Amino acid sequence: MSDEVTAEILTTHLLDLAAHGKRLDGRGIDEYRPVSIEPGFVSTADGSALARIGSTAVLCGIKLEPGKPFPDTPNAGVLTTNAELVPLSNSMFEPGPPHPRAIEVSRVIDRAIRAAETIDLTKLCVTPGEKSWVCYTDVHVLDHSGNLIDAGMLAALGALTHATMPNRRFGIADADAPLDVQHFPVECTFVRLGETIVVDPSFEEEQGAQGRITIATDESGRVVAMQKGLIGAFSPDDVKAVVERAFAHGDRLRAIARQGGSSA
Amino acid sequence: MGSVGAKEVPVLLSPEGLRIDGRKLDELRSIRIVAGALHQADGSAFVEWGANKVMAAVYGPREVHPRHLQQNNKAIVQCRYNMAAFSVDERKRPGLDRRSQEISKVIAEAFESVIFAEEFPRTSIDVYIEVLQANAGTRCAGIVAASVALADAGIPMVDLLPAVAVGKVSGAIALDLKKEEDNFGEADLPMALVPQSGRLVLLQMEGHMTRDELAKALDLGVSGCRSIYEKMKQALRDRYAGGTEVAA
Repeated sequence: MSDEVTAEILTTHLLDLAAHGKRLDGRGIDEYRPVSIEPGFVSTADGSALARIGSTAVLCGIKLEPGKPFPDTPNAGVLTTNAELVPLSNSMFEPGPPHPRAIEVSRVIDRAIRAAETIDLTKLCVTPGEKSWVCYTDVHVLDHSGNLIDAGMLAALGALTHATMPNRRFGIADADAPLDVQHFPVECTFVRLGETIVVDPSFEEEQGAQGRITIATDESGRVVAMQKGLIGAFSPDDVKAVVERAFAHGDRLRAIARQGGSSA
Repeated sequence: MGSVGAKEVPVLLSPEGLRIDGRKLDELRSIRIVAGALHQADGSAFVEWGANKVMAAVYGPREVHPRHLQQNNKAIVQCRYNMAAFSVDERKRPGLDRRSQEISKVIAEAFESVIFAEEFPRTSIDVYIEVLQANAGTRCAGIVAASVALADAGIPMVDLLPAVAVGKVSGAIALDLKKEEDNFGEADLPMALVPQSGRLVLLQMEGHMTRDELAKALDLGVSGCRSIYEKMKQALRDRYAGGTEVAA
């Protein structure tokens, strides 16, 4: 019961602040927390990156293994994305089978990677119909302080752009080669606090939000995925406005994911 | 989408601008909605939408299972969107896969956005959607069926929730994709509208669209939802005017 009361007081406070264009941590309504990427964080992975947005920390590791292409796409490799919300990252998460929340995060990241054609899957084909690379993208949430989708996507993009195809390990070629990344999707998430829509929600803002919306864009000016989540609603004009905001943030996020480093 | 490395791509748009089934770009497939199609459920509906057949049932407000999910200040809305093993060309393994779980989550959140949940603290409103025959747009058909079922169950809501998917087919923005268009089209954008407020409570997108195409798709979807809304209201009127018509 006391949790509910605290949550209600906090939400009221967040809404009051938002109505005046303010946020709990002093940010502007269209301001991200500091974003940073550390590629190559895990040496056992074929590609990896640790992404931070404020105190949210998400690690992504890529593993490439030979496997079989799907029968309906004999000339293409296989891409799978999975997100684990491990219990160490937040008191909300419990051990056990994946919660719908985790499934949503992985599927929204997967959609952006897939729809943007981040990887040319035909280049992952070794022998049509028989052998192709399977690219496992595993997103591991270490510290959930809000906005897991954006952080997870940045980590995944950072890991993919710095990944190596382990040709030698599996006797496929004499030399390893960089994984060819042809498009660079990033996700940009907003939540509604009253009539104000803020970017990059903190954990507290997500708890008090009246709806969340994520827009994935790529470097060529395309929207490649969207997802509305949580209880709440957005008008078509709201959606059009956040799409513009997502494009405005996209290039900077993309640059950080591709080059590593950080934004102040 | 999902067409990478696939073999044959059918012609989706004729030179005259007609679609694979002869529809215009802004034309819906035929929709039949039967409110109160089941007997045991507190509310139910059957929807035939193009070649989709979807049944929805609502139970509750009732006791919450498992109990720890109970909330002291409102009802919880639980949704299970499930596809029957025989509903698709290749048999689907029974049970909820990750896709179904994600869809269940976003549908539950959409309905919780319109249900007056504070009126029923410590209870659960359970929405069950069974896709019996699938031909693209099943989550939207499921939402339409579930929404009519919720109304049939007498659950107080802000409004009914019409839903439709808009997509991009051979470069053109098209309303209500069917299977071939969904499989080989360039984008899919399902949405659910609260007609009274004009706001969207479900919105997803996969594929690629420019911002202008996206704006057009949103407007087309909203107008599609408004015509589905009329059919939903008519189904409920028919229910009270003429007794129960059992589906199929």
